[in-house]
Amino acid sequence: MMTSPTQHDADIIVVGAGPAGSCAAIAAARAGKSVILIERGPFPGSKNMYGGVVYPRILDELVPSWWETMPVQRWVVKRSTMLLSDSGALNIDFRANSWGAPPYNGATAYRPDFDNWLANHAVEAGARLVCSTTVTGLLRDSNGRIQGVSTDRPDGDLHAPIVIACDGVNSFLAKQSGLYPHTDASNFTLGVKETLALPKHVIDERFGVRDNLGVDIEILGGTSGVNGGGFIYTNLDTIALGVVLKLPKLAAQQKRPEQIIAELKRHPAIAPLIEGAEVKEYSAHVIPEAGLDMMPTMVADGMLVAGDAAAMCLAAGIWLEGVNFAMASGMYAGQAAAEAIAKNDVSSRGLSGYTDRLEKSFVLRDHRKLRKVPHLVLSDRVQHKYPAFVAGVVERVFRVDNPHPKPGVRRIVREERKKAGIGLLDLLRDGWTGMRGFG
Amino acid sequence: MSSTARIERDNAWPEISFEERIGTAEFRIHEKAHITVNGDSCRGCTTRECVVACPANLFVPTSDGGILFNYENCFECGTCYLVCNKEGAISWTYPEGGYGIVFHRT
Ligand SMILES: Cc1cc2nc3c(=O)[nH]c(=O)nc-3n(C[C@H](O)[C@H](O)[C@H](O)COP(=O)(O)OP(=O)(O)OC[C@H]3O[C@@H](n4cnc5c(N)ncnc54)[C@H](O)[C@@H]3O)c2cc1C
Ligand code: SF4
Ligand code: SF4
Repeated sequence: MMTSPTQHDADIIVVGAGPAGSCAAIAAARAGKSVILIERGPFPGSKNMYGGVVYPRILDELVPSWWETMPVQRWVVKRSTMLLSDSGALNIDFRANSWGAPPYNGATAYRPDFDNWLANHAVEAGARLVCSTTVTGLLRDSNGRIQGVSTDRPDGDLHAPIVIACDGVNSFLAKQSGLYPHTDASNFTLGVKETLALPKHVIDERFGVRDNLGVDIEILGGTSGVNGGGFIYTNLDTIALGVVLKLPKLAAQQKRPEQIIAELKRHPAIAPLIEGAEVKEYSAHVIPEAGLDMMPTMVADGMLVAGDAAAMCLAAGIWLEGVNFAMASGMYAGQAAAEAIAKNDVSSRGLSGYTDRLEKSFVLRDHRKLRKVPHLVLSDRVQHKYPAFVAGVVERVFRVDNPHPKPGVRRIVREERKKAGIGLLDLLRDGWTGMRGFG
Repeated sequence: MSSTARIERDNAWPEISFEERIGTAEFRIHEKAHITVNGDSCRGCTTRECVVACPANLFVPTSDGGILFNYENCFECGTCYLVCNKEGAISWTYPEGGYGIVFHRT
């Protein structure tokens, strides 16, 4: 397929200046292509919320020494997984001081800051950033070939031989192009969160950190019986606390999202951490949860899909990573698009460098490895029975019940398993799936 | 006072009202609604998924069995069209560029 650059406003149009879009724009502009990056919000990041931790190592390639300028709240040096039962909690902590020095591991950051910073790198690389502009559809020529996008600006049509859709979880472009008919609610979770203000020294004391070091807590249980999970992240002088809720389960019961947050905040293991904090900002966003099982075709003639628009977010229980997957897939899309322009073939074959790169990198490898994990973590057993079971076992192992002698652990496990209503076969099967999935 | 009662008191403080909660988010409201709800479809809907799931609480059942919807304080999250299982009840788009939710510390 030939391209005719004369009628074009750019070589490549990138829709959405989130992490995927900005990295696509940086990569394509660095390769010498002309790029227009379109964002519907008044500034990049203004429409975007997440839990709170970015894992930016993938930026080594695009933004060397990114840690020197990235708008970081705190560098995460402690990761905890919390299992909540109605009254108890099991906490598994890991602390790595090395994560507090370059090249670091993860950082809490506000998305309006982070996304804006990343989009600025796209501008520095030569991309044209157009904000406050909503893309309303794909333009096609009489043969059905993609020619660019229409926008809500007067005379707002923009022409280019390649469109990269980085327009997030509700991607209208992927839907319109027929690549992604994903509207099955069971593939999605709703995330709601509160940004809670507390003085910095109070956060330091309660979470056992200092300076610009911080904590990441993932929570299983504590979502009022709605399948999902919770999270707590420390920023400099705020705490991000929220829950993610499986949509069909949320819709089929009576508690509203903010009531589920309120209950989590009242849990005896959580309440002391946030006591006295003031709600500074309430926010909500949807997450594509089903991973590989919901991913669309990512390449069409004249079009690539990256980031959440292609369901690349990895949401597997103790992992909630989407920004790094978005940045990587965006970068690969930008590189493949530049390659296709250079060899004058924007057909899906000419663009197939994109899927090659995804397959070779962590993006699809991690998704393949963890394919079964999202389903396992959100399954009814793991959600409703395991937290109480595990907390029950640990409680009894540590309980000193003199004058009774300590019971054997095997007996405790058997009794607690029966109390929680978990069949032995199911437990073994889930353990096996978990070990294979995580291993 | 028993010890359980004291623990409960220590752990509880007043939750803010929904109005205050929504008031913490910035919405740049455009005069044109980006989401519209077809009242006729809703009248026959018994499951009402939108009512409990919309994080902005924008779907309000009316006494005559309908749904009152106001687009103004919307997070643009997509939950409503995903959970609603009546074809055609919700028509959903993004607001005009530059309008709608603006996050700051999210
Ligand atoms: C509650 C929650 C917690 C999360 N926690 C984490 C976490 O801790 N760590 C992590 O790495 N990931 C996390 N994620 C996932 C992460 O936020 C996403 O995977 C990531 O933002 C995807 O990036 P993206 O660039 O693909 O899409 P987005 O960030 O959604 O960006 C899409 C962009 O496109 C723009 N856009 C959309 N449509 C149009 C249009 N028609 N015209 C113009 N512009 C448009 C939007 O305004 C937006 O700026 C979380 C998500 C949620 C909801
Ligand atoms: S919007 Fe959908 S779910 Fe809500 S009342 Fe109407 S038909 Fe039912
Ligand atoms: S998009 Fe989200 S916030 Fe807006 S009306 Fe639908 S469910 Fe409510």
